[in-house]
Amino acid sequence: MIFVTVGTQLPFDRLLQAMDDWAEINPDHHVIAQTGVSNLQTSRIETRPFVNASEFKTLVKQADVLVAHAGMGSILTAVELGKPVIIMPRRAGLGEHRNDHQLATAERLGHLENLQVVENARELPMALRKALNAKSFAAMSEMISDGHRRLVGEVRNFIADPAWASATEDLELAA
Amino acid sequence: MNNSGKSKKRRVLAVASGGGHWVQMLRLRPAFLNSEVHFATVDAAAAADVAPAPLYTFRDANRDTKVRLILSTLKIAAIILKVRPHVIVSTGAAPGYLAIRMGKLLGARTMFIDSIANANELSLSAHMVKRHADRLVTQWPSVAEKSGAVFRGSVL
Repeated sequence: MIFVTVGTQLPFDRLLQAMDDWAEINPDHHVIAQTGVSNLQTSRIETRPFVNASEFKTLVKQADVLVAHAGMGSILTAVELGKPVIIMPRRAGLGEHRNDHQLATAERLGHLENLQVVENARELPMALRKALNAKSFAAMSEMISDGHRRLVGEVRNFIADPAWASATEDLELAA
Repeated sequence: MNNSGKSKKRRVLAVASGGGHWVQMLRLRPAFLNSEVHFATVDAAAAADVAPAPLYTFRDANRDTKVRLILSTLKIAAIILKVRPHVIVSTGAAPGYLAIRMGKLLGARTMFIDSIANANELSLSAHMVKRHADRLVTQWPSVAEKSGAVFRGSVL
């Protein structure tokens, strides 16, 4: 199964249409799409406007490949579960987002082993072929990088900082 | 005034919008192991991710949805009054800004971690919260250089 997700904030029919076109010439593959607000008319793709966080995770787990906008929820979930993911960044110039930060995300995270970036519908079929043939990637859910460990430590130290009790805490301790 | 020897755990309110903001918050969970953490987000199903820690929900909102933003503000205020956090940690977006502004009024220490999605510049929420949060963190060194936020690693 291929799971397609475009998030919930703004429509992204360019990606959905591209997947629908792909599904037409690849009828053996089951495609499920979380569409958000969309004008897509399709009988080839199973569509759901919204899915909650746990349904989302289940669908990514079940999928052979995740195809997504360049949203961090999609990318991080794919990385955690070791799934091949293809991302198509939304473009502000096409009315797909308020700014082009998804292009920056794609550019900066393009080095991730399980991630492919496509700019448009034309590049999608080849990326899908590659992803469907990919060996499985190591799930990162249990792994923690140096950078991740550092950020967790920063948050933990901020919370624990003995020199910096909050005003609320002082009142409670005095009581 | 924290040297009284009391080992009471600090109460933390962890606030995030849905989607990527929530996924990033989940990756920070190890940081909350020694505190009494309460979570707040937009999706009640997220409770399964953090149980047995309590989870509160508010309606998702952004600056394009003014009425909902007001309703969210009221709900987040109610959550803060209930939890009375010592520390507020947010991974964005607009609701994190709101929580930090209101939390400061009640004396909480506050930390805003801008999403890893903001690889070139701080998000609007991060810009707005800059003057108010006790610590503003970006997940990109290049953004830290030009923004005044600090870089201390990332969720990836």
